[in-house]
Amino acid sequence: MKLFSCALAALLAVLAGASQAAPPFEDSIAQRTLACTACHGSQGRAGPDGYYPRLAGKPAQYLYHQLLNFRDGRRHYDLMTRLVDPLSEDYLLEIARYFSSLDVPYPPPSSAPADPAALRSGEALALRGDPQRRLPACVQCHGQTLMGMLPATPGLLGLPRDYLSAQLGAWKTQQRRAHAPDCMARITQQLSLAELNAVATWLAAQPVPAHTRAAAAPTAPLPLECGSATRAGQ
Amino acid sequence: MSESPVPMRHGARLPARILIGLAALAGVVALAAVLVWHLNLRDEPDLSAEAVSATQGAAPDHAAQVARGAYLAQAGNCMACHTARGGAAFAGGRRIDTPYGGVMSSNLTPDADTGIGRWTPAHFWRAMHNGRSRDGRLLYPAFPYTSFTQITRADSDALHAYLHSLPAVRQANAPHDLRWPYDSQAALAVWRALYFKPERFEADTARSAAWNRGAYLVRGLGHCAACHSSRNALGASIDPLGLAGGPIPMQNWYAPSLTSPSEAGLAHWDARDIVALLRDGVSRHASVSGPMAEVVARSTQHLSSQDLDAMAEYLLALPQTVAPNVATSAAPAAARPASPQALRGAKLYEQQCVHCHGDQGQGIASAYPALAGNRAVTLSNPANLVQIVLYGGFAPATAGNPRPYGMPPFVTVLSDDDIAAVLTHIRGAWGNGAGAVSEFDVNRHRQAR
Repeated sequence: MKLFSCALAALLAVLAGASQAAPPFEDSIAQRTLACTACHGSQGRAGPDGYYPRLAGKPAQYLYHQLLNFRDGRRHYDLMTRLVDPLSEDYLLEIARYFSSLDVPYPPPSSAPADPAALRSGEALALRGDPQRRLPACVQCHGQTLMGMLPATPGLLGLPRDYLSAQLGAWKTQQRRAHAPDCMARITQQLSLAELNAVATWLAAQPVPAHTRAAAAPTAPLPLECGSATRAGQ
Repeated sequence: MSESPVPMRHGARLPARILIGLAALAGVVALAAVLVWHLNLRDEPDLSAEAVSATQGAAPDHAAQVARGAYLAQAGNCMACHTARGGAAFAGGRRIDTPYGGVMSSNLTPDADTGIGRWTPAHFWRAMHNGRSRDGRLLYPAFPYTSFTQITRADSDALHAYLHSLPAVRQANAPHDLRWPYDSQAALAVWRALYFKPERFEADTARSAAWNRGAYLVRGLGHCAACHSSRNALGASIDPLGLAGGPIPMQNWYAPSLTSPSEAGLAHWDARDIVALLRDGVSRHASVSGPMAEVVARSTQHLSSQDLDAMAEYLLALPQTVAPNVATSAAPAAARPASPQALRGAKLYEQQCVHCHGDQGQGIASAYPALAGNRAVTLSNPANLVQIVLYGGFAPATAGNPRPYGMPPFVTVLSDDDIAAVLTHIRGAWGNGAGAVSEFDVNRHRQAR
């Protein structure tokens, strides 16, 4: 009987939809961070509208630095700033580690029709960069599979096109910043808006590989110095 | 000189009268200006070199004085205003919005050109006690010298010593962004003549040492009245010692009365709960959010247990008042039928709130506050409730509550109408007897962000 009621409860929970499901109260970090998952989706798998990015599985140091960036005004989103403001760095790191540890399925890649020329240009920039302009390829820092690189570089696949192009645009206009030297600021300022959109379009169209974790920390120096990556190692 | 010596035609006597009138008016204005200026210079310290060296000579062990100053800077939460988001500590540059425009906080690091490197302890004391800068300019009372005026010279000197021990940061002060006439020193002088008098804290010998210490902290460095008292049309605190609550200008929160049983009056609390709230951000009866979460996170959690006990003793003994909203609040909801708005709110509550706050508004102990019988829910001014539902938030992380639970923001989930409905429901359910919340009440907070 107990099994039946559990099964019924589980079924009802599924029917009620993922966002409505309410597990019983428990003293857990998941419970404590319901304020995060309200927008970033259950277990940080991303919000439904393409605006609130996935948190699950991103490198902990990357997530932690983004929390600090919102707190310290290097990234701007008032809701985030208000939430992180009263929290300690210890707790922010715990929250970052929690979401980093989660392994939840990725969404399928974007099937939206895309301009083939844009896809070719985006692929070239992502995989090969542009040596003539001394622009590194995405894969050089974000991992050969583009699923990120430890300790602090995020993966670029499994993210919506709108989110990717918004972040690249924000970097170009200095609305989004990181610790100096801000490598992404340098890169985006050299790219045209068309190129930024091309990279975002190509990245959003790629399937996530079977192995979704970030690559090991690099042994050789990265092509560009990045303040956030350097700090994360400390 | 009142009459023209030359005989004149009848009509020509008038200009002389006007002249007399104008002269009298000018005299009155001049007298008023002298009075205003005089009132602005009350109890000013001697800035001469001998006076400066005298106080420095009397200073105790320097390291101990610096440590004491560091503690006092936390008690006064100086850093909250004097540090820009992500900026160097105490280097200023944070904009404080007021109804009269923006006031930019100043650089308190010891840089000689842009900070207070050239300030003597006497200059610093004049700023704290008299609200005047080193160069003689009158300071805007967004810097709460109306409260800081009560602190002792020894504490002022300790703060000065601490600030001078910080790394110097070269960062020029940004000009204020105030509207006319609030940007003029003359207007500020008149304001000060009307609403500011340098004061020295006088111990009440009929009270305990702890009560007096609490009074000194609450009225002085703590500058609790900056939020917990209402302000008149010119921004001056009305009855700052009363702590009877008021809206916080520009931030759109309401600082509840600490003397009213229907708001945040503490008379029936245990002193330990007051200490817990100030130290941990949570107590058996309440948790802090919004601007008070910032105060706990940056200031009161760092205070010694002795000082927290003293503040609790003082706050417990505040004379209790009956807030006007008690008399005018509606009968308990149990006695009235629920409105269609409240019924709609009850449905939304079932969908969005019940998992954490419970079907009887009972909450979950040590995680989620009860809504039934919660004075923060039934305040006649719903500003705080609307803020919390729109933007969510965490209680401050403190040693006693290092991993707080969070309230999700609903700004992207619920419409103004929905939030008004759910708040109307919780304000009238489970024995709560507060009035309805309108869509307009919600909208003005959404617009304000």
